Amino acid sequence: MDGFPLLSAIVFSPVIGALILLFVPGTNHRAVRWIALGAVLVSFALSLLLLGYDPAGSEFQFREDLPWIDAFGIRYTLGVDGLSVVLVMLTTLLSVVAIVYSWEPIQTKVKAYYATMLLLMVGMLGVFVALDLFLFYVFWEVSLFPMYFVIGIWGGPQRIYATVKFVLYTLVGSLLMLVAILAVVIAHAASGNSLTFSYEALRGFAYTDSLQALAFVAFFLAFAIKVPMWPLHTWLPDAHVEAPTAGSIILAGVLLKLGGYGFLRYNLPLLPDAAISFAPIIIGLAVIAIIYGGLVAMVQPDLKKLVAYSSVSHMGFVMLGTFVFNEQGLQGAIYQMISHGITTGALFLLVGVIYEQTHDRQIAHMGGLNARVPRYAAMFGLFTFASIGLPGLSGFVGEFLVILGAFRYNGLVAAAAMVVVIISAVYMLWMFQRVFFSVPSDWMRKWWPSLRDMNRTEWIALAPLAVLAVVLGVYPGPVLDMISVPVDRIIEAVNGAGLTGFGPLW
Amino acid sequence: MPIELLIALIPALPLAGFLFAVLVGARLDHVPIHGHGHADRDKHTDARHAGAVDDSAFRGVPSEEEQAATSPHAGHADDLANAEGAAGVIPAELNDGLGQSGHVTPGAERPRYRSWIVPTGLVGLMWIFSMIVFAAVIFGGNEYEVTIYEWIASGDFVINISFLVDGLTAMLLLVVSTVGFLVHVYSIGYMDGDRGFWRFFAYLNLFMFSMLLLIAGDNFLMLYVGWEAVGLCSYALIGFWYKKPSAAGAAKKAFIVNRVGDLGFGLGIMMIWVNLETLSFREVFAQIGTLDEATITVIALLLFAGAVGKSAQFPLHVWLPDAMEGPTPVSALIHAATMVNAGVYLVARANPIFAEAPVAMWTVAIIGVFTAIFAAAIALTQNDIKKVLAYSTVSQLAYMFFALGIGAWTAAIFHLVSHGFFKGLLFMGSGSVIHGAGGEQDMRFMGNLRARMRWTYLTMVVGSLALAGIPIFAGFFSKDEILAEAFNRGYGVFYLVGIVVAFMTAFYTFRMIFMTFWGTWRGPKAAWDRVHESAPTMVAPLLILSVPTVLVGLLLGIPPEGGLIHGWLEEVFHDAGEAGVLPGSIVAGGHHDFELFGIGGLLLLVGAAVGVAGIALAYRWYVQRPESAGRFVGRIPLGLGPGMYRASVNKYYVDDIYQLVWSRGGVLLSNALWWFDAKVIDGAVNGAGWLARTIGGGLRRTQTGRVENYGLGIAAGLAVVLLVYATVVR
Repeated sequence: MDGFPLLSAIVFSPVIGALILLFVPGTNHRAVRWIALGAVLVSFALSLLLLGYDPAGSEFQFREDLPWIDAFGIRYTLGVDGLSVVLVMLTTLLSVVAIVYSWEPIQTKVKAYYATMLLLMVGMLGVFVALDLFLFYVFWEVSLFPMYFVIGIWGGPQRIYATVKFVLYTLVGSLLMLVAILAVVIAHAASGNSLTFSYEALRGFAYTDSLQALAFVAFFLAFAIKVPMWPLHTWLPDAHVEAPTAGSIILAGVLLKLGGYGFLRYNLPLLPDAAISFAPIIIGLAVIAIIYGGLVAMVQPDLKKLVAYSSVSHMGFVMLGTFVFNEQGLQGAIYQMISHGITTGALFLLVGVIYEQTHDRQIAHMGGLNARVPRYAAMFGLFTFASIGLPGLSGFVGEFLVILGAFRYNGLVAAAAMVVVIISAVYMLWMFQRVFFSVPSDWMRKWWPSLRDMNRTEWIALAPLAVLAVVLGVYPGPVLDMISVPVDRIIEAVNGAGLTGFGPLW
Repeated sequence: MPIELLIALIPALPLAGFLFAVLVGARLDHVPIHGHGHADRDKHTDARHAGAVDDSAFRGVPSEEEQAATSPHAGHADDLANAEGAAGVIPAELNDGLGQSGHVTPGAERPRYRSWIVPTGLVGLMWIFSMIVFAAVIFGGNEYEVTIYEWIASGDFVINISFLVDGLTAMLLLVVSTVGFLVHVYSIGYMDGDRGFWRFFAYLNLFMFSMLLLIAGDNFLMLYVGWEAVGLCSYALIGFWYKKPSAAGAAKKAFIVNRVGDLGFGLGIMMIWVNLETLSFREVFAQIGTLDEATITVIALLLFAGAVGKSAQFPLHVWLPDAMEGPTPVSALIHAATMVNAGVYLVARANPIFAEAPVAMWTVAIIGVFTAIFAAAIALTQNDIKKVLAYSTVSQLAYMFFALGIGAWTAAIFHLVSHGFFKGLLFMGSGSVIHGAGGEQDMRFMGNLRARMRWTYLTMVVGSLALAGIPIFAGFFSKDEILAEAFNRGYGVFYLVGIVVAFMTAFYTFRMIFMTFWGTWRGPKAAWDRVHESAPTMVAPLLILSVPTVLVGLLLGIPPEGGLIHGWLEEVFHDAGEAGVLPGSIVAGGHHDFELFGIGGLLLLVGAAVGVAGIALAYRWYVQRPESAGRFVGRIPLGLGPGMYRASVNKYYVDDIYQLVWSRGGVLLSNALWWFDAKVIDGAVNGAGWLARTIGGGLRRTQTGRVENYGLGIAAGLAVVLLVYATVVR
C-alpha cells in the first residue's frame, strides 16, 4: 500500500460520490441513495485499513505531505495517530448509519440532501487527519456549513432560528480560532523560524505566557462551543430538536467530538502552560455541565431535547477527563467520546423511529409502547442502559476512567461528577418508564393500530451500533491500546519539564 | 474436568441460557391470543370488595379510612397484575395480544411453553458444577483463581476478568445456585399462562450470570460490575408486568435508590485504587494496613454506602418493599435469597478493611441494629403477605450487618446462608398461597388455607419456625449465634434490642401463618371453591428447600459459635482478627468456648424462649382471641396506640418524606435550572443577537443613499474638525 494516499481517499471518497450525484437526475431517488451509500461505504471500508496503524510505531502514520500555498508555508499535510484513527472510524461508521437511516425519512430535495451530507463528512474527516493548521481550519469550516443546510432545509418548524443560531455561534468561535492560529504561526515565525502552519513544527515551541493565554482562550471558545461546554451549550438543544434524525446522529455523534478532539490535539500540546493554568476553571465548568445537563434533561418534555441535554452532561465528562491530565482521565475522555457517539447517535436514531410514525416527540404523548413495539423497546432499553453507564456496555468504561482520573486529581471533584450515576438513572429511567411502560396515553392510542416495530432499514442502521455498544463495554482493549500512546504524548507535553503553568491572570 | 474450567463455566452457562432465550425464546412459546380470561376473575374480585368482609378482628384500629390506607394493594394480586392493572385500561381494540395476562379461560386453547427447557437445564448443570466446586473448596480446602482476560488497561489501572473462589464465595455459591435453580423450576409452574414467559426466563438467566460475577469476581471492580448487573436484572424483573404503573414505578425506584448507594461504592473503589493502585482483593487486603486510619475509615464507609443500598438498610430500605411488585419467584430469588445479600457479602469480603476502621464498624453495627428493629416494627402491621416477608427480609439482613459490625463475621455469613434458604422457601410458599388463593395477597381476605394447601402449609410452617428461631431449625442457630456474639463481645444494649427483634420476628411470622392458614376463609365464597394446592413444579422446590431449612443449622451450627462453618471461613476472616471485641467483654477476657451449662446455654434458652413467646402471642391474638390485638392498641398509654399503629402501617412515612424531598424537590430544582437555561443563558445568547441586529438596524438608517444626506454629513464633519482645530490645537 506504500504510496497510496489512504487518508485522502478516505476523506475525499464522499466528494467523489457527491460529484457523481451531479450527473444523476434528482428525480431518481433510488440511484441517488445508492450512490451516496456507495461513497460512504468506500470511505468506511478504507478507514478499516487504518487498523493497520502500529501503536508502537512513529507518531503520525499514513502521512501525506504536499505543498499547497508555498508563500505562507501552508502545506497539505495529513496523518493519523491512534486518537485520529478511532475518531475517523467512528465518523465513517456513523456516516454509513446516517445515510442508511435517511433512506425513508428524507423524501424532499433528495439529491441535494445526500450531496450535502457527503460534503459534511469530508469536513469532519478532514479535521481529524489534518496536520497543517490552515488545512485544519479549512476542514473545520467545511464541516460547519453543510450542517447549516441540513438543519435549515430538512429540519423542523423552527429550523431557521435553530440553524442560524448554530452557525453564528460556532462561527464566532471558529473565527477567533483563526486569529489564534495566525497568532501562533506568526509568533513562531517571528523568532527566526521559517513560516509554517505545520502542527508538528508549531508544537513544542515555547510561546510567551500572554500569547498562550490569549491563544488558549480563542481556541477554547471555538472548541468549547462545539463540545458544547456549559454555559455555551444553548445552541445544541435547539439544533437537535430541529435537525432531521440523521443530522442529529451526525451532530451528536461526530460534530461534538470535533471540539473534544480540538482540545486534545491543539489546546493541550500547543499551549501547555495555559492549559495547566486554565485547567481548574475548565474542570469546574465541566462538573457544572455534568450535573446541570443531567438535571435539565430530567424535566424535558421533548424526547430529543432530553437526549440533547444528556449530551451536555456526557460531554462534560470528556472535558473533565481531558483537563485532569492523567492517563485514566484522558483515555476515559476519548473513550467517552467514542461511546457517546455510538449511544447518543443510536438514541437519536431511535427517537427518529417513533417520530417518523407519529410526527411527535412529546414524552407525555407516549406510554405503554413496550406492548406494541417490543423490539424497538428492547433496543431503546439497551442504549438507555449504555447511556446510563451500566458496566458491560460502552458507557461505563469511559465514565469510570474519567471519574477515576478525576479522583487522582481531587476526590471532591470525582464525588461531584459521580453524582451523575444517580441523575442519569433518574432522567433516563423516568423517560423510559413514561415512554414504554404503563399504558398508552390518549394521544398515542390514535396511533396505536398503525404503530409498527422497527423495519429493516432501521435495523440495518442500528445493528452495528448495538453490537459496538456491547463489544466496547466487554472488550475495550483494542481501543484503549490504540489511544494509549497519543495520551502519553499529551501528558508528556503538558507535564513536560519546566512547565508549571503561569500565575493567575488576575 | 479441572475445577478452574468448571469455575469459568459456572457463570458462562446462564449467560448462554440468556442469549438462547433472547434469540429463540419467543418462538418456542405459543400463547393463544384470545386466552385472556380476565372476565371471570374480575367478577370475583368485585364480589370480594362488595361483600362485607369482617376483618376488624385483624386490625388494631377499626376505622374505615384505615382500611383504605392499610391495603393500598388490595386486589392487586401478583399474578393478576396485568389482568387488573392493564386489561381494564387498554381498550380491547388496542390490545394486540403482545401484552401479558393471567391465567387461561377454562376451555380455551392451552398455551404451550418450551422456552424454559434450555435456560432451566443450563442452570441445573450450573448447580451440579457449583456443588463440585463447593466440595472442592470446602472439603478439599483449596482456593482457586481463574483469569479469563484483561478487561480494562489504562496506564497503571489494569483490571482482569478473573475469579476467586474461596470459602466465602463457596458459601454464597451454595445458596445462589441452589435457590436459583429451584426458582427456575418453580417459575415453570408459577409463570404458566403469562405472555412474557420466555422473557422471564431470559431475565432469570441473566440474573444468575450477574450474581455469579458478583460473588466470584476477584477484585472490587468485578464485584461492582456484578453489582450493577444484578441491579439491571432486578429492574427488569420488578417491572416485569410493566403495564401496571405501580410495577414500572417500583422498578425505577429500586434502580435509582440502589444507585444512591452505588455512588458511594464507586467512589470507595476509586479511593482504594488511588491509594493502593490495585483493586485485587488479595493485594488490597495485604496492603490496607499501610494507609492511615482516616483514609481506611472513609473507604469503608463509602463501600458500606453501597451495601446499605443493595441490602436495603435504613435509610435506603425503601425500594425493597416496593420491589414486591415483581413476580413472586423474583422476590424469592433476588429480593430474599441472593441479590440483597450482596451488601453483606461486600462488607464480609472487605473485612480486613473494616477491621482497621472502628468507626466504620460501629456505623455498620448501629445501622444494622436500628434497621432490624425498625423494619420488624413495620412488618408487625402489614397485611400484604409479601410485604410482611419483605420487611422481615430487611430486618433479617440488618441482623447480618449487626453481626458484621461487631466483628462476628462468620455468624453473619451463617445467617446469610440459613436465611437464604428459609426466606427463599417462605417467599415461594407465599407465591404458592397467592397462586392458590386466586391472586389474593391481602391476608385479611385469606384464612383456613391449610385445609386445601397441605404441602404449602407444612413447608411454610417449617420456614416460619426457622425465621422465628425455634430450636433445631436453621434460623435458631444462626440468629442465636449473632445474639450470643453480641453478648460475649460486650454489646449489651445491642443484644437486648436483638432479643426484642427476635420476639417481634416470631410474632409477625406466626401472625402471617395464622392469618393465612388458620381460622376461617374470609375471602369471597366463590373464590374458596377455587383454592387449590399448586402444581408439582411449585411444591417440589418448597419440599426441597425445607431440607436445608431444617438441617443447615444442625449441620453447620453445632456446637454454637464453633460449628463447621467457622472452620470453613476461618481463612477468609483471619485477617480481621479480634476487631469489634469491646474491652471488658467476655471474649476480651479470653473465654471463647461455648458451654452448654453456662452463659452460652443460657443465651440459647433466652433466644428460644422469646421465639416461643412471640408465637404464643400471635396464637393468642390471631387464633384464640382475635379482638385482643385491637384492645392492646387501645390500652397503650396516652392514647398513642392508634397513632403508633398508623405510623407502622405507613412505614413511618419515610417513603412520603423521600417523595416530597427528593422527587418533588428534584423536579422543582430541575425546572428552576431549565428556566435559568432558557431565560438567562439562552436569553443572553439571543440578547447578543438582538443587540447586534438593533445596532445594525440603527446604523442602517445612516445609509440612506441620498447625496444630500451624505453631503450634510461631510459638511458637519468638516465643521467639527475645524472647530476642534480652532479650539484644541491652537
